[in-house]
Amino acid sequence: MTLHPGRGFAAINYPIGMNLGGDPSQALVHSNPDGKFTVALSSIDLGQGMKSVTRQIAAETLGVPVEDVYVDTADSDTGPHCMGSFASRGTHRVGNAVIQAAKEARAVMMEAAAEELEVNPDDLVTDGKGNIHVKGAPSRSIGTGTACAAAQFKQGKTVSGRGIFLVPLSPVDPETGEMTPVTCFAHAAMVVDIEVDDETGEVSVTQMNSAYELGRALNPKLVEQQLVGGAWMGMSHALWETTEPYYPDRSHGPIDFNDYLMPGPGDIAPHHISILERPAPDGPFGGKGPGEMCANPVLPAVANAVFNAVGVRITDLPITPEKVLRGIRANGGAKPQRRW
Amino acid sequence: MIEFRKDLFRDERDDNLNEIGKPTQRQDMVGHVTGRSPFYDDHAFEGLLHLRCLRSPHHHARLRSIEVRDAERSPGVHRVILAKDVPHNLNTLLSLMGFGLDDEPLISGGKVSYKGEPVAAVVAESERAAYDAIAKIRVSWEVLPHVLDVEDALKPGAVTVNDTYPGNTFTYHDKYDHQKLRFGDVEAAFRQADRVIEGRYQMSPIEQAPTETCGAIAAQENNGRFVCYTSTQALFFSLGTAAKLLNVPSNRLHFIGGTVGGGFGGKVDSLHEPMAILGCMLTGRPVKYMFDRAEEMQVGAPRGAERWYLKDAVGRDGRILGRQLTGYFDAGAYTRLSSYAIHKSTGHLPGPYTIPNVKSDVYCVFTNRTPSTAMRGFGITGVDFAIESHMDVVAHEIGMNPIEFRILNAYRDGDMKAHRRVAKNTALIECCQVVSEKANWPIRDDFRRMASSEGGGVGEAGRVPNYTATDQNGLVDTRNRGIKRRPGDPERPFSMPGTIPPRAEPARQPTPAPTYAGGGPLPGFAPTPGTGVRSEPRPSYAPSTTYSPQPVAPAASVASTQPTPASSAPPTPNRTGPNRFSSSVSGLRRR
Repeated sequence: MTLHPGRGFAAINYPIGMNLGGDPSQALVHSNPDGKFTVALSSIDLGQGMKSVTRQIAAETLGVPVEDVYVDTADSDTGPHCMGSFASRGTHRVGNAVIQAAKEARAVMMEAAAEELEVNPDDLVTDGKGNIHVKGAPSRSIGTGTACAAAQFKQGKTVSGRGIFLVPLSPVDPETGEMTPVTCFAHAAMVVDIEVDDETGEVSVTQMNSAYELGRALNPKLVEQQLVGGAWMGMSHALWETTEPYYPDRSHGPIDFNDYLMPGPGDIAPHHISILERPAPDGPFGGKGPGEMCANPVLPAVANAVFNAVGVRITDLPITPEKVLRGIRANGGAKPQRRW
Repeated sequence: MIEFRKDLFRDERDDNLNEIGKPTQRQDMVGHVTGRSPFYDDHAFEGLLHLRCLRSPHHHARLRSIEVRDAERSPGVHRVILAKDVPHNLNTLLSLMGFGLDDEPLISGGKVSYKGEPVAAVVAESERAAYDAIAKIRVSWEVLPHVLDVEDALKPGAVTVNDTYPGNTFTYHDKYDHQKLRFGDVEAAFRQADRVIEGRYQMSPIEQAPTETCGAIAAQENNGRFVCYTSTQALFFSLGTAAKLLNVPSNRLHFIGGTVGGGFGGKVDSLHEPMAILGCMLTGRPVKYMFDRAEEMQVGAPRGAERWYLKDAVGRDGRILGRQLTGYFDAGAYTRLSSYAIHKSTGHLPGPYTIPNVKSDVYCVFTNRTPSTAMRGFGITGVDFAIESHMDVVAHEIGMNPIEFRILNAYRDGDMKAHRRVAKNTALIECCQVVSEKANWPIRDDFRRMASSEGGGVGEAGRVPNYTATDQNGLVDTRNRGIKRRPGDPERPFSMPGTIPPRAEPARQPTPAPTYAGGGPLPGFAPTPGTGVRSEPRPSYAPSTTYSPQPVAPAASVASTQPTPASSAPPTPNRTGPNRFSSSVSGLRRR
């Protein structure tokens, strides 16, 4: 038995939002008399952090602390329409809708503050800590809560805003495929290190190194969570998972997690991630959306690493020990390839 | 370990923001880690009933008859639901965007096209009671030949999987059995190439495997409305789908969701919401319909399999001169969202590289397996596996460092992409460089110095080719794989986003007052009068005030019913439920 080390590389890009557009999302923002804001959405938080990202986007745009914003979502009676949480569209589409709604609400808050301070609203700025003050004169200030209360109880103004973001639907040419699929792309590159056991055909991932370009990491912890989990899923897709092990034959389909194979904690490899941020011109604060693309480079990188380790090119996923072993035997033994 | 390379693209960013870029803890974290966040299954209504389905044991079969009398008399059973009980029993998910033809029933009554397809639903006091009743349903099947391989399904004489698309392919632009991408002339590139390298890649189907399986709980609200707690990833998408299938105005439905135990694309199909609401309408009781794990894995739609053929023309210097791709998406028995993935993958080709000649044909193929649907990376993951495996094959064949080979061919700002739009905001090269350094995989100095913002769009790389080879292969009419149109279908039913046919704004129907049947306190569901969904009179759905098994009403004689084949459904009006998302009022209609 020999363990053959191998490493594989892959690079990808990923389209953000529903292909061809036509997928609007809306947001409503309003303040209560204390200057605490509610963002009403119908978007779904799948665990990816939709509520957190939109909350930070709203707070940044409004110029208030994040604690002053609460995101209420996914009640069709109160949340305005959203196409849904798929196609890496949440951050990009919903984020932009929230910015538009928050800007409108902020404008009312600033007007109310200007009236209270008897200055021009254009001369006012927010400090992000709950204060509005005259540019260059922090002592002439008013709290965001006081301004919102004044708007509602003295000036009779609603501190609220509406937002929608739509990339208009675009056509596809039947003859050439000419189209405007999306407005921005995220990017990634990855090196996967593995070991292949030439007696059992088993592949173990020993290390992953990756670079992901995401436009802007709106919340670095949420980005990390997505990328770590996504790479795990990609690894699992490459080496373990399938609902039809003998596809296209439908037999032996797993019906529980005993038979539906996935990596366990002991199979998880260290993953070193670098984040690059080249802001998308039309993304919320440049953000693109890391959710889907993070699994994609792992699949080919693992397949390429297996070839590098033993000279067996697996073209049918998943890369099971059976396929690796048959490949090694067909080649008359493991044939390690060049290390770069 | 995670690091942020703030040194890269620094001049394109403002890093002095208050909240953006901060590792703020999620608003719902405490609820999640203390187990207090309410998921759909946490809404335990008093008197909750459970809905389970009888599913086809065959890949492909016709229902000769279905006998449910014993099941209806089984203890704890409130209702057996069959195809004829679904008010508008034919849908395709993307009809909400005007894309594709209705091709899938909620409950099948004519034939089944995959193993696991539902043919009856039992609503009972417990799951056990529902399963016991299901065991008492007798179905007479006529087993049909089936096809499971995408390329077999395209062969002449292959059995028709889906009656809406007799040729086993989704029809694009009312014209072709696939979506084309044509950019330059790949045949010329193959003639000029130093090497021509081919490959075949197969992605297997996989399960989204959410911790929380798909499901919904529906209950009566006041005033004839229904509340539905759901695991959906797309609240209004599911609401619109339910309104259409159940033929009710959308404002009679109140959907609540938003905290979901993992989706990954598998919670868009909206199978559970309409079924649970229908169960609630028919029994007057709250109803839960939830996949068990076996259903989630074998009946719930997986990420579909994809098969890709690649052929590259490579020059002596390692530049790719031409790339030809043929892709087959295995949609399974019904369209769901696969038709959309073909466009998405086509727009993605030939990957993040600037290649002057590109040709692809991508097919959405119907086979007798569980319909596939979206999953993380939908339309992209499979082709990325194919492209990046193939890039490695080519680099090996020409003896080039695989990272340098990627950078040499990488797209740059200003390059013309195969879908005829200029690339901008690109960063593939920088990702390659960062990884090369991190992983200690050395590349030549000149490759280390390249940048996405430099050297793009120069000469031919920035232009659409002077000549593009086009063809008429795959014309649906030519191959005599005409689409079966039902009377009443719109003239151009195979519209796609961007080519939505003009649609008359349908007359508004008055919202029916809720019908209180049987003198009970619970509003029942009565079919909307005058909407003309069915041409024959339908039995009214009168909930019982007592929760005992119901005798079968004569009008709804279920025993030995010869089911109506779905394909012979009577004409449907343009509007059967909710407004479509891309209706004429949104101003999106264009040609």
